[in-house]
Amino acid sequence: MNFGKQLKEGLLTQNPVLVQVLGMCSTMAITTSMANGIGMGISVLIILTASNVVISAIRKVVPDKIRIAMFIVVIAGFVTCVDLLLQAFVPAIAASLGVFIPLIVVNCIILGRAESFSYKNGVVASFVDGICQGLGYTVVLLVMCFIRELLGAGTLAGFRIIPEQFPIGVLTLPVGGFLVLGFLIAAMQWALSKSKEGK
Amino acid sequence: MTDYKNLKLIATSSPHIRGSERTQTIMLDVIIAMLPALAFACFNFGIRALTVVIVSVAGCMFFEWLYRKLLNKPQSVMDLSSAVTGMLLAFVCPVQIPYWMILIGDFFAIVIVKQLFGGIGKNFINPALAGRAILLASYAGTMTSWVDPAAGKAAILGSNVDVITAATPLSYMSGPDAASIAASFEQLKGTYDVTQMFLGQIGGSLGEVSALMLIIGGVYLIWRKVINWQTPVCYIATVAVLTFLFPRGGTGLEWMLYSIFGGGLMLGAFFMATDYATSPVTKKGQIIFGIGCGLFTVLIRYFGSYNEGVCYSIMVMNLFVALIDKYTKPTRFGVVTSDKKEASAK
Repeated sequence: MNFGKQLKEGLLTQNPVLVQVLGMCSTMAITTSMANGIGMGISVLIILTASNVVISAIRKVVPDKIRIAMFIVVIAGFVTCVDLLLQAFVPAIAASLGVFIPLIVVNCIILGRAESFSYKNGVVASFVDGICQGLGYTVVLLVMCFIRELLGAGTLAGFRIIPEQFPIGVLTLPVGGFLVLGFLIAAMQWALSKSKEGK
Repeated sequence: MTDYKNLKLIATSSPHIRGSERTQTIMLDVIIAMLPALAFACFNFGIRALTVVIVSVAGCMFFEWLYRKLLNKPQSVMDLSSAVTGMLLAFVCPVQIPYWMILIGDFFAIVIVKQLFGGIGKNFINPALAGRAILLASYAGTMTSWVDPAAGKAAILGSNVDVITAATPLSYMSGPDAASIAASFEQLKGTYDVTQMFLGQIGGSLGEVSALMLIIGGVYLIWRKVINWQTPVCYIATVAVLTFLFPRGGTGLEWMLYSIFGGGLMLGAFFMATDYATSPVTKKGQIIFGIGCGLFTVLIRYFGSYNEGVCYSIMVMNLFVALIDKYTKPTRFGVVTSDKKEASAK
């Protein structure tokens, strides 16, 4: 097991959003403010890590044919926990994330990691993988939130940075989400190909 | 032995006879063709029309220069294509648009739509229209309040609050139901007569108002063989036929004339839909392209939530260009009929 390698994969070379292009729905929908991004990122990080650990632990007793159903049950359990916790302690974020918290159940990052990693690897490695992949997701969310909130709404975490008449409102609309994500993916591919050339 | 290395022989591939036509001369022709409309805009809205165009052109050329400079690419700013983009973007904005706002549009048009996709000739969508679409989605209020040319001229500096705004003819030509459209069309006929519509003494975007001036510019471009007649004629004819057949107020002829003289149809047909990079190569393709643009324009004007459909219709058809080019590819000379399928499949 190699923590550094897994972290690098999660953040850069195998970034769940920018390289694997998973979890697009939530990425596009909620990255309009920093608060949303932090709430969503941490929720996914926790759920991903917890479900990775549990799925890895039960991987030997789960029959191959029903493994997807088992993954979903495990993930749904943790999603319900996080959903209720958010509603209890940070109701504002729970309200603004709305349906996207329950929708983490079908977030392909979590199911993807369950299928491709934790079903094949040990508990500790799966735990690390969950944290690294979750961090990769969270970082991309925060970058997108930063760009879209700052330029689209003129605020950062609720504080006004740019006077009200200037911000480019289109960035907070879905089309802005597609644009920002597209250019982030392009920038990531460019950077990865550059670093490959360097080697 | 012949010293090949130092042989004073210039061998180039064909063509050996070259025309004087360059990107720069073509773009210069386009700029010349837009000057009558610009002159009329100054007459109609005041000298601010000129300053907005100058700021927009300067902004586009600066962003083009800056991007090519920063990325160490060959400089392309002198081919004037960015100046044309800047001018067109200014033409489709209302005259009292703040200068910083048009610079945002310039940045989007040049850097994101044009340069990030590879520069001139490689953008898949018209940069000026994309810039306008972004501005319209971001600053809907400013982008849809029009100066009333009869009420005074826009000031060169200062905010836009003291300007009396007017509805464009197209806003009279849409409404929640058939009866209200017919009623507001009668009102429109009382406000502007057909001559005013044709000359352009109406509210609207900076450069789109004067159908006459735009037709003069368009005819100049066709005469100089910069553009083919197929796209603009098919575009305008499609709109004319559809609006003549399905008037929503007045007689068919009246409704048709107000439809083709109002809004950005002339500007779009002559200057936007004919952009080389984003329109089909073949004449057959250009006919299809023009008809498609006209169809979408009428559909958006009739059934969309916007009054004006020219911008979006051209952008939608831009996306079909690759497909149109694929299916209108001419067969190679000398191919017999039975081979045609094979040839076009290649």
